[in-house]
Amino acid sequence: MIKFENISFGYNDHKVLDGVSFDIPDGESRVIMGPSGSGKSTILRLILGLDCPWSGKIFIDGLNICGMKLRDMQKIRKQIAMVFQDGALFDSMTVGENVGFYLLEYSDKKGSEIEDEVREMLHFVDLDPDIIDTLPEELSGGMRRRVAVARALLSTNPRLMLFDEPTTGLDPQATENVLNLMIKLREVKNISVIIVTHQIADALKLTSKYIVIRKGLVVFDGNIDQLRDCDSSEMSDFLAPFKKSIVEVVNKKIV
Amino acid sequence: MKSVLYGRFKRFIYEIDQLTRFSVKMFLSMFGRPIYVSETMEQLYLVGVGSLFLVVLTGIFVGQGMALQLNNEMAEMGSKFYLGRIMAISIIREIGPILTGLMVAARVAAGITAEIGSMKSSHQLDAMVAFGIDPIRKLAAPRLIALMVMVPVLTIICDIIAILGGWFIAIVVANITSATYFSMVLDRLTFGNIFMGVLKPVVFAYVIAFISCYKGFTTSGGTKGVGRSTNESVMISSVVILIVNFVLTRVVWSLLKGSL
Ligand SMILES: Nc1ncnc2c1ncn2[C@@H]1O[C@H](COP(=O)(O)OP(=O)(O)OP(=O)(O)O)[C@@H](O)[C@H]1O
Ligand SMILES: [Mg+2]
Repeated sequence: MIKFENISFGYNDHKVLDGVSFDIPDGESRVIMGPSGSGKSTILRLILGLDCPWSGKIFIDGLNICGMKLRDMQKIRKQIAMVFQDGALFDSMTVGENVGFYLLEYSDKKGSEIEDEVREMLHFVDLDPDIIDTLPEELSGGMRRRVAVARALLSTNPRLMLFDEPTTGLDPQATENVLNLMIKLREVKNISVIIVTHQIADALKLTSKYIVIRKGLVVFDGNIDQLRDCDSSEMSDFLAPFKKSIVEVVNKKIV
Repeated sequence: MKSVLYGRFKRFIYEIDQLTRFSVKMFLSMFGRPIYVSETMEQLYLVGVGSLFLVVLTGIFVGQGMALQLNNEMAEMGSKFYLGRIMAISIIREIGPILTGLMVAARVAAGITAEIGSMKSSHQLDAMVAFGIDPIRKLAAPRLIALMVMVPVLTIICDIIAILGGWFIAIVVANITSATYFSMVLDRLTFGNIFMGVLKPVVFAYVIAFISCYKGFTTSGGTKGVGRSTNESVMISSVVILIVNFVLTRVVWSLLKGSL
């Protein structure tokens, strides 16, 4: 469904990605990992067409999105839900308007119906539904993150969800809820999920396939078992801190 | 040296290209779908009501000031009965549109640039795009429409208030009867004058909307960047209004000489 072909991209003169290629078939999910600043968020931006690659091609459903007409691109974007790393909540709209943004824009539902759905979703991410009329600035960092997740989850019928560190800064209960919802969505609606995270163990509940980005390149693309056994020099220092949790996770899976 | 110049030239052409594209896109966004009714209403209110007080205040004082000055001169030449005429021409054709344009530029352009600029710097514009929404249509079009409607309305209000200010001076200081003053004013309410007086604010509205939105959408450099674009937005739109005003005066003058 998503295919990167030799993508190079950077900001101004600073090259971030240098020949990145990978292929994610329809219905499959991936965890993207890599050190800070390696270009994980950048990859998500490229998938949404927020930036255009310097060279290479990006295919979504077989269509090359680079240089695509705005109208066609918008059709694709409507099928993608994204949680930005910094939340990117609309700060002059209330929490309710943020979470219900997609429905308010695109559905014919009545205001009260939308409000019900928003309340339900807020409850789901472990937030008090009564914050519906407050502004994002009145919330704590973790609460804001959950609002951002709720906003993405309430986009009706996405086919692909992009999560940029959705569970960072959440307490275990909320993390659990968010992950469970993602799993449910993926299973019921067959939505692909691409998740950027450093919490390997959590991500494993979603998918066992990993992509690791380093110094502008894909240095690993495979499943958790391969990741455990991986001993390439490029990976070892990055993976060292994760080794324990990987082994734990793999063992747990076998048990 | 040559390559530096060439680089600059290319950069300049690129900027012009971007500006033109943005301008065309923004203009077309007024007609496309979806139409954001509630956003447009909100902007109509913000622009109209927000600037009303300022415009009225300016109108009163400038009208009176002008009438006082002109009255002295004209009395000396024995033509003070023409006060209404001169007031009508100068206010409707020049002073009203210019004052309103500048006031709205100061009041509204800064707000638009700051709002869109900070949305850009906190990735809210990206989030909007990610939802499949065209920020130009959602943010720029309502502001453009609101300005195109409200600047002419405010200009007409400013004109009326300034002429009434002149009337106050006419009866209190210059001892001209109300009937004389207003018959002179009405005499100059010709098609040409009114056309020029309404065309100008429509163009000014476009200038303000275009520059303030463009500056907002192209903001970079965090909070400081937002401050910089906001400043530039007010400054550039004010200067452009003054230049465009002169050009319009020239053009309309030569086109409509007969009916002015
Ligand atoms: N708007 C921008 N302008 C200039 N450089 C940028 C911009 N956004 C990101 N970069 C640079 O691009 C590189 C990759 O950034 P990116 O946000 O994709 O990293 P990341 O892998 O998501 O890191 P993290 O784990 O810290 O979120 C970084 O070196 C960063 O400095
Ligand atoms: Mg990131």
